[in-house]
Amino acid sequence: MQKFNKLKSIPAYLPIVNIDTDMIIPKQFLKTIKRTGLGKNLFFEMRYDDQGKEVNDFTLNQSPFNNSKILIAGKNFGCGSSREHAPWALLDFGITCVISSSYADIFYSNCFKNGILPIILEEEKIKELSEYANRKEEISVDLEEEKIIYGNNEITFQVDPFKKKCLLEGLDDIALSLKKTDKIENFEKDLINKKPWIFND
Amino acid sequence: MSTTLYDKIWNDHLVDQQDDGTALLFVDRHLVHEVTSPQAFEGLRNSNRKVRHPNLTLAVADHNVPTTDRTKGIADQESKIQVDTLEANCKEFGVQLFGMDDKRQGIVHIIGPEQGFTQPGTVIVCGDSHTATHGAFGSLAFGIGTSEVEHVLATQTLVQKKAKNFRINVNGQLPLGVTSKDVILQIIGKIGTAGGTGSVIEYAGDLIRSLSVEQRMTICNMTIEGGARAGLIAPDEKIFNYLKGKPMSPKGDNWEKALNYWNSLKTDDDASFDQELNLNAGEILPMITWGTSPQDVITIDEKVPNPQSESDEDKKNSIERALKYMGLKPDMAAKDIKIDKVFIGSCTNGRIEDLREAAKILKDKKISSHVSAMVVPGSGLVKEQAEQEGLDQIFVNSGFEWREPGCSMCLAMNADKLKPEERCASTSNRNFEGRQGRGGRTHLVSPGMAAAAAISGNLDDVRKYQN
Repeated sequence: MQKFNKLKSIPAYLPIVNIDTDMIIPKQFLKTIKRTGLGKNLFFEMRYDDQGKEVNDFTLNQSPFNNSKILIAGKNFGCGSSREHAPWALLDFGITCVISSSYADIFYSNCFKNGILPIILEEEKIKELSEYANRKEEISVDLEEEKIIYGNNEITFQVDPFKKKCLLEGLDDIALSLKKTDKIENFEKDLINKKPWIFND
Repeated sequence: MSTTLYDKIWNDHLVDQQDDGTALLFVDRHLVHEVTSPQAFEGLRNSNRKVRHPNLTLAVADHNVPTTDRTKGIADQESKIQVDTLEANCKEFGVQLFGMDDKRQGIVHIIGPEQGFTQPGTVIVCGDSHTATHGAFGSLAFGIGTSEVEHVLATQTLVQKKAKNFRINVNGQLPLGVTSKDVILQIIGKIGTAGGTGSVIEYAGDLIRSLSVEQRMTICNMTIEGGARAGLIAPDEKIFNYLKGKPMSPKGDNWEKALNYWNSLKTDDDASFDQELNLNAGEILPMITWGTSPQDVITIDEKVPNPQSESDEDKKNSIERALKYMGLKPDMAAKDIKIDKVFIGSCTNGRIEDLREAAKILKDKKISSHVSAMVVPGSGLVKEQAEQEGLDQIFVNSGFEWREPGCSMCLAMNADKLKPEERCASTSNRNFEGRQGRGGRTHLVSPGMAAAAAISGNLDDVRKYQN
């Protein structure tokens, strides 16, 4: 997994609440058997018209937002389907940090597995940061320090210490868990005695 | 210390817990489908890892499968590749698969219970948000991403943090024509699509206990639409009777042992919850969704909202956006909404009781001439049962198409989809923009309400057609 530490970008702002994962990447693109190549279809239905042409009004089609690495959006971002294609599409487009006042649980967890930092901020702060998108000015994100720096201001944010460590070091979850194989084996031995039906039938 | 049902299942599956609360949970049952698994198997292959417990894993293709004649295979090449990839992966890694020609094939959340793979007190995961369905059996069941699917395949565990306890008590009796689908739509309308975020919801109360196993599944299924990770219901005799004799249920001595354990699975009387909500079942009416989020609910007697009467700017904007997408006018009566299509099926309402409920309304009636309608049974076994009962004939005689099992138009990954601006009364779970096809407009309803809409040609009150 790609490490995440510091990031500087003009943020893109989508002032829509409850952006669901169907919106982020619609079902016709879930037929892939790969993780890559989904960026061009990110927000497909809003981004392209019926003829497949880019919709000029849509933020991510406009310069400099077509190069934004930071996406600011309304609350409950990533609700609905568990599809990890949603963070894959964001990542492939180049977005590695999302800022919202809340996220759906599965999407939130999926971000961390892909080197994307989802930041939670209060609505007021979101409005403040969105001004930087309107003015096309850069903001900086520092995960180590848990800070967003914009103009002469900074905002701190919080992130789970274990998730932070995994992002900073780009750690592979599975390798970490496999280090606990002894514990898994002990649990399984115990399980066979306590609940034999789990394995037997 | 007093604990909730969720606490008990959680504690019983802890393989390890770090000081920061990050836990490694053992997974008893892993369901796999073709859309969210190829990258996980590829990850295993690239790292030279195996599936730790193929016998605790069950796979089925459901999202991409055609619901028309299957003898010709899958016409869409990408869909075919995905289904073929699942078959190849299952073969390579030794995972049991119900293939497209197997009569046990169906929607992953319907076949798990049907086979007795779903059991009380287990941790069940699947790369699909509607895994919450299995919580109806008193299991902790939730959807995961593909990276987590790979993690479970490799380790039979999952990295998790404990969620909060949220209890929803529903007491009283449902009025005639009102179903568990209306109950869950009402709940989502009340708590909102983020109301359950960070929580596991336990459904309790005498109404919940009075529901059949399948009705409970409908409620737990849509828990994710309220934002909660999982929804569960304490298992009881109805659950045990349902599971007895199922192909993958415990047998002989193990059945007795399992039953003994399953009987212990309930929240202690004095356990505390972080949040509680009480509902009176008697006040719930047939519901519809008018907008593009499952929280956009009204009763069939109500009117579509007017953004002008909303003071909150965010809400006002989102009502305007939803009305525009849905092609509806503010203050329009729900019953004036004319429909083009009806879809009965999905992991929410694709089981035998759902089909019986719709068939009861449709018997000896014809659907409206401008409506095209289809029934997609949740599994091959549901289809077989329905045909034995003659339900297929009732549907066909009324003008419905009778299809092969799968996810179908719930998410329109196969050929079944809405055209732009087509309007559908659907028994599925999501009315998101484009969910059933680009530009398609979805109104979520119960199977009885879907049948009523098909007959009337507009959203209508199922109670009108009750015998």
